Amino acid sequence: MTKLMRKKHQEDEEPTKVTFGGIMATIFFTLVSIVFVSPIIIVLINSLKDKTYINLETFKLPTADSFVGFENYKEAITQYDFIKAVGWTVLITVASVFVILLCCSMAAWYITRVQNVFTKIIYLLCVFSMVIPFQMVMFTLAGTADALHLNTPWGIIIVYLGFGAGLAVFMFCGFMKSIPLEVEEAAMIDGCTPIQTFFKIVVPMLKPTYISVAILEAMWIWNDFLLPYLVLDIKKYKTISIVIQYMKGSYGRVDMGAIMACLVMAIIPVVVFYLCAQKYIIKGVAAGAVKG
Amino acid sequence: MERTIKKYWPIFLLPMIAAFIIGFVVPFIEGVYLSFCKFTTIKDAKFVGFSNYIEAFQDGTFLHAFSFTGLFAIVSVILINVLAFLVALALTQKIKGTNIFRTVFFMPNLIGGIVLGYVWQIIFDAIFTKFDTALKLNEVLGFWGLIILVSWQQIGYMMIVYIAGLQAIPGDIQEAAMIDGANKIQRLFKITIPNMMPSITICTFLTITNAFKLFDQNLALTGGEPLHKTEMLALNIYDTFYGRVGFEGVGQAKAVVFFILVAVIGLLQLKITREKEVQQ
Repeated sequence: MTKLMRKKHQEDEEPTKVTFGGIMATIFFTLVSIVFVSPIIIVLINSLKDKTYINLETFKLPTADSFVGFENYKEAITQYDFIKAVGWTVLITVASVFVILLCCSMAAWYITRVQNVFTKIIYLLCVFSMVIPFQMVMFTLAGTADALHLNTPWGIIIVYLGFGAGLAVFMFCGFMKSIPLEVEEAAMIDGCTPIQTFFKIVVPMLKPTYISVAILEAMWIWNDFLLPYLVLDIKKYKTISIVIQYMKGSYGRVDMGAIMACLVMAIIPVVVFYLCAQKYIIKGVAAGAVKG
Repeated sequence: MERTIKKYWPIFLLPMIAAFIIGFVVPFIEGVYLSFCKFTTIKDAKFVGFSNYIEAFQDGTFLHAFSFTGLFAIVSVILINVLAFLVALALTQKIKGTNIFRTVFFMPNLIGGIVLGYVWQIIFDAIFTKFDTALKLNEVLGFWGLIILVSWQQIGYMMIVYIAGLQAIPGDIQEAAMIDGANKIQRLFKITIPNMMPSITICTFLTITNAFKLFDQNLALTGGEPLHKTEMLALNIYDTFYGRVGFEGVGQAKAVVFFILVAVIGLLQLKITREKEVQQ
């Protein structure tokens, strides 16, 4: 309400007019934006060049000699199994985010509705885990995961649930404290079990928080390198980040063409997803910044 | 109601707790214990007291990583926050295309550190070969390369937080100041910045923790070269674990020191942002 009034007020005060300064600012930011996206464009252009030309003429457009079409992409897909890596990354990200949302929202509801020493300790441990750098637990976590045979894309979901629980529980609890108890009480008096109450009453109200948490956790898991690198059996399973690190870090000949193609294929899904879900992503990120 | 819910703990609480114990509690406790041990795998650990910590602080690369990370944190925090704040100020004015600019500036944030590191390595290498040098040959170039990379990645994110803060400042305060005859600069320093302190605190802490925890970008862009000179704390710990044999204990001790440093910053952040929330 106040926001609306303010907006209206500002419009009355300064009628929209095209000023000289405004045009200069638009031109300035257009140039800055072009510089901003240029690294990605450069990689995109180079992915269409023959690998021997990439290091020599990085900033030039492909010529008749250097243009190879989608040859590099073919190479990346056949030689480095990139599609498989995309598949594992999608599977791990989607499944882990789903499990995190489900288990952590349920746990957060329990923690906020049942107040005792035990739930308080769990909550504090979750907050504490948010500030732990991964290097603190990487060696022992990899050992534990190995001992429990969690070194597969299915097992790593449990690892992600455990390591990602802190942020999710913290954010869900923050929201649940603000929703009224009366509705849930009414539902339970009408004979709903806690499970029915949770899924029919609480889950629909949590929708915005679900979106925020899903975006934050998905961004983390999709881009994560070290955790899957140490936990997964990387002879069998590689994620996108692992394949790229492998190609670049491998001894002997580094295939620049295939690397360019992989970088492009790693960036494009993220950019497309971002452009589609921009509104939610920016909101989710802003919410995460304020909370965490 | 509480009593009925309480009986359902195996359904609501157990899956998360079980995973949390496997994924966090056990590795954390083991990690603290192992920092006092000599070991190559978890099973052959032998208690050695504080010797790992002493060795960690005698390690020149670790001390260098400390100062390198500290310097990196200072430069990146100032650069990112000042630029993000200025961009946020500009993009909340009446300029055509602000939504497109916001979209563009935020985008690099979503791309993974490893991917970004290699994208920039290609660009820097292409520039520096013209001057007969390379990112991996020169510590100073490596430092500024990392700064450019993280600024490029994080300015958009901080810009979003600052824009949210700017939009929350009530318009009538600005108006009152304008009627009282305050000019643009005075309004910026007397009205806008004091009202933006919560956002500034959040962004400062976020950039500090990001700087201290930086790993993927460091690994991909410079890999710590030349000779561990551009190695930051997280990468130095990783290298101690997996780059040398027999130094696992020292690596774990370094990790504990690192954890205490990051945790203190993080908890301080939580405390300060909480207080700010109460005030509002």
